Amino acid sequence: MIEFLQYHLPVLLIAIPLIAAPLAVLLSNRYIVQSLALAVCWTTFGLAIWMVAIVNQSGPVSYELGGWAPPYGIEYRVDQLNSFVMMFVSGLGAMVLTYSPYSLKAEIPLSQHYLFYPMYLLCMTGLMGMCVTGDLFNVFVFLEISSLSTYALISLGRTRRAPLAAFQYLIMGTIGATFLLIGIGLLYQMTGTLNMADIAEQLEAQRLVNDGQWAGSRTMLVAFAFLTVGLCIKMAVFPLHTWLPNAYAYAPSVVTAFVAATATKVSVYAFIRVVFGIFTPQFAFELLPLDTALWSFSLVGIFLASIAAIFQQDVKRRLAYSSIAQIGYMLLGISMADVDGLSAGIVHMFNHALIKGGLFMVVGCFVLRLGSVQMDDWKGAGRTMPWTSFAWVLGGLGLIGVPVTCGFISKWLLLTSAIHNELYPVAILMLISSLLAVVYVWQIVEVLYFEEPSEKAKHATEVPPLMLLTTYTVVGANIVFGVWTTYSAGLATKAAKALLEGGSL
Amino acid sequence: MNLFSPETIIQISLALPALGIVLVLLTGRFPNLRETCSLAVAALLFLVNCDLASYVFSGGRPSWRAGQLMPGFDVAFTVEPLGMLFALVASGLWVLTTVYAIGYMRGHHEKNQTRFFACFAAAIFAAMAAAYSANLFTLFVMYEIMTISTYPLVTHHGDQNAKGGGRVYLGILLSTSVAFFMFAIAWTWKIADTLTFTQGGILSKAFSEGRVTEFELAILLGLFAFGIGKAALMPFHRWLPAAMVAPTPVSALLHAVAVVKVGVFSVLKVALYIFGLDLIRDTGAGEWLCYVAAATILLASLVAMTKDNLKARLAYSTVSQLAYITLGAAIAMPQSALGSGMHIAMHAVGKITLFFCAGAVYVGAHKTNISQMRGLGRAMPLTFAAFLIAAISIIGLPPGGGSWSKWLLALGAAQSGQTFLIATLMISSLLNIAYLIPIPIQAFMVPPGEKPMPFKEGPMLCVVPLCITAIGSVALFLFADSIYACLLPIVQ
Repeated sequence: MIEFLQYHLPVLLIAIPLIAAPLAVLLSNRYIVQSLALAVCWTTFGLAIWMVAIVNQSGPVSYELGGWAPPYGIEYRVDQLNSFVMMFVSGLGAMVLTYSPYSLKAEIPLSQHYLFYPMYLLCMTGLMGMCVTGDLFNVFVFLEISSLSTYALISLGRTRRAPLAAFQYLIMGTIGATFLLIGIGLLYQMTGTLNMADIAEQLEAQRLVNDGQWAGSRTMLVAFAFLTVGLCIKMAVFPLHTWLPNAYAYAPSVVTAFVAATATKVSVYAFIRVVFGIFTPQFAFELLPLDTALWSFSLVGIFLASIAAIFQQDVKRRLAYSSIAQIGYMLLGISMADVDGLSAGIVHMFNHALIKGGLFMVVGCFVLRLGSVQMDDWKGAGRTMPWTSFAWVLGGLGLIGVPVTCGFISKWLLLTSAIHNELYPVAILMLISSLLAVVYVWQIVEVLYFEEPSEKAKHATEVPPLMLLTTYTVVGANIVFGVWTTYSAGLATKAAKALLEGGSL
Repeated sequence: MNLFSPETIIQISLALPALGIVLVLLTGRFPNLRETCSLAVAALLFLVNCDLASYVFSGGRPSWRAGQLMPGFDVAFTVEPLGMLFALVASGLWVLTTVYAIGYMRGHHEKNQTRFFACFAAAIFAAMAAAYSANLFTLFVMYEIMTISTYPLVTHHGDQNAKGGGRVYLGILLSTSVAFFMFAIAWTWKIADTLTFTQGGILSKAFSEGRVTEFELAILLGLFAFGIGKAALMPFHRWLPAAMVAPTPVSALLHAVAVVKVGVFSVLKVALYIFGLDLIRDTGAGEWLCYVAAATILLASLVAMTKDNLKARLAYSTVSQLAYITLGAAIAMPQSALGSGMHIAMHAVGKITLFFCAGAVYVGAHKTNISQMRGLGRAMPLTFAAFLIAAISIIGLPPGGGSWSKWLLALGAAQSGQTFLIATLMISSLLNIAYLIPIPIQAFMVPPGEKPMPFKEGPMLCVVPLCITAIGSVALFLFADSIYACLLPIVQ
């Protein structure tokens, strides 16, 4: 039994939430669906941890879907990098879902609850699928599954602007997905295969035939451009970020917490795969100036988004802009294209998922009691909701990157990598930009602790223990992974080494 | 005596303040029990440190590697004489400050005392760990922990003043440390491939191999000197007066001992063990820093003279005195470095006495401004006598401990042939006299106004500690030679 499970593990990670989703619609009882979704999410998380252990022990795992051998059949391939990403995506998914009941009751009409859970499960399926698959077209399919369910989830928001935000995201997201599809089509035209490892091999073979020249490089360039831009939209890289602030601001708090913690990170993962797994760093960074482009866009994005965050009165929107800035740090790391930089980028995916997931959970707590995301209504809430407020401080310290929080680990790795590559201006700008985070985090801290309580805050009470417990688990993980980095920075470094040395999937 | 190995003692003395945080939080509902825990932990810590000191000062260099935070960056501790001295001063004064804080906080009916004592213990933890740190990375981590853990102390009152003060405090300390200090550390790591504090410095080898130029060294030193914002070198000194919105025990321990001393201690560590005194001297990297430090000494003293609020005056006096220590590192002569090291202890004991006095006057007579303190000496003779003694030590006159450290600094300046620095030190001493001595003199000599004031000292728990520290600053004068002998290995 165990061996059977172990053998089918890669596909179980996808199949379980995928099958549970329609089942949930059929069951249509709120409580049963909720229990089912919880069980599925935690099972998936457990399996993902198991997957990480297996990969750590015996190296990458390849799974032939339906018994069809790659490159003809679809291959699921799990290595250090995607097992790591799957672990934190499913972990945060499970944690946010455990946290959700009170918040959902307050923000989504009860009659729609049984529809929320299938969407949530589908979104998780899509995100996990994007990670696990070794097939480029499959990446597109799962991307669409996760995106479509995200649109639906966002439109559940309680104001009438939520559907509009979802629609805005739908337009941008579809453009991104279409670009991705065009890029995939061009690559398929060149190589006749969709298996990522196989594409990489074919491209390399064609290059060798042409005396080291990139064969058909025009097509390759166009394909690369489409893939990059398409994924940049999904990652919300400045200046393709416009969908994100509204989507995060108007979605239900639970959805924001889940999506902010996972969706953009998985897109970053897909981008890493495309750059390092299919095209090579040589192609992307030596033939093309993608590194210069990436870090200039990243830095401009970090500065503009951080400054924009400072001026937001809406806390969700403030965090949304901060997310755009933080994506910049991940890309900055990736653009270094060495082990240090890449592991900084990868570990920041993980760390930022924890930080932002945690902070949006805190926001959800405040929304539950104060019914508002406006800073003015949060005034003085530190007195009536001390635990929730302190969770904000802890998460905020992580976002700033103070030592012994995981944010510091990312920042330090990024800094040493930039210095190592002698990109001194980048290092300096990155450090200065991180000070902007101090401003937009601390403004809220001051509002919470130093202002006279607002009308809403006066009568607020602390949130239910379950919400506090889950919020503190995620926020506490910020601290844990800021001290104990064996399985965050350690795994990220291994994954980065594997990507750079092997180049293959 | 040798119940534990020195490594274990390091662990114990780091664990004790951490235990203190937990105990204070757990016993928060029972103030008496809570304060007992605070005191017991503080006293134990001091005893443990004394034990460790006897080992370190007789030549031992215990070390403990706690673990690896990131590949290549360890959190590790090695105790050398300078760090030992700092740890002794900080832990010893923590005991007295705890006693004082109990008197002050209760006498003044402050709120949130549990948070206060817990953050206090956290700050001491950071101070201990910074004192023992074996490499720059560990030092930086502890430096930042201290910044964060002292923020709730600075903003203890929770009003708009506290918010403003806290904003300046956190803003300057975080931005200098992130923008300059962190960058300097990463750059050092790139140049020298290591961050471990090493006798004689780690950069000299890189310099002789041509991996770094003289100009770059000067810039690097600048990044450190300004990046360590807690050393309060002008123009990054504003946080120190801003932090005076805190309750007086905080100002006393943290802004005369722990926080600012971690700053100058870090500067000194960098000068001694990262650059090496020889390298600073030979390359002239510290030359410009001498000017900045000298300017800070004089300017801060001048500003202090204009302040009527006693705590504000003491704050600027601290800025000026801290610059002495930076100056000693910048001159980079063995004598001046020793003088700096000793000044950490001398100034700590002297300045904490002055702050204790300021707090005692506030609790006992509800006065904050110097102009209101005329004739108060008859009502509070012990307080103002202690103030006088401590002021003499800060100025650098016998029989105050400060006279030795200032003497060594002047000696170092003379050896390096920079006569203008000697002049600066002399002028500064005169300025110190001008802004410190009138306070006790007026308190004793000027007759009080219409109604005579009865004898009314502050609470006992406030007065006893300040008498002890006042006596301490005289004792330091008498036993300065043993401190000198203990510190001597750092420049050999």
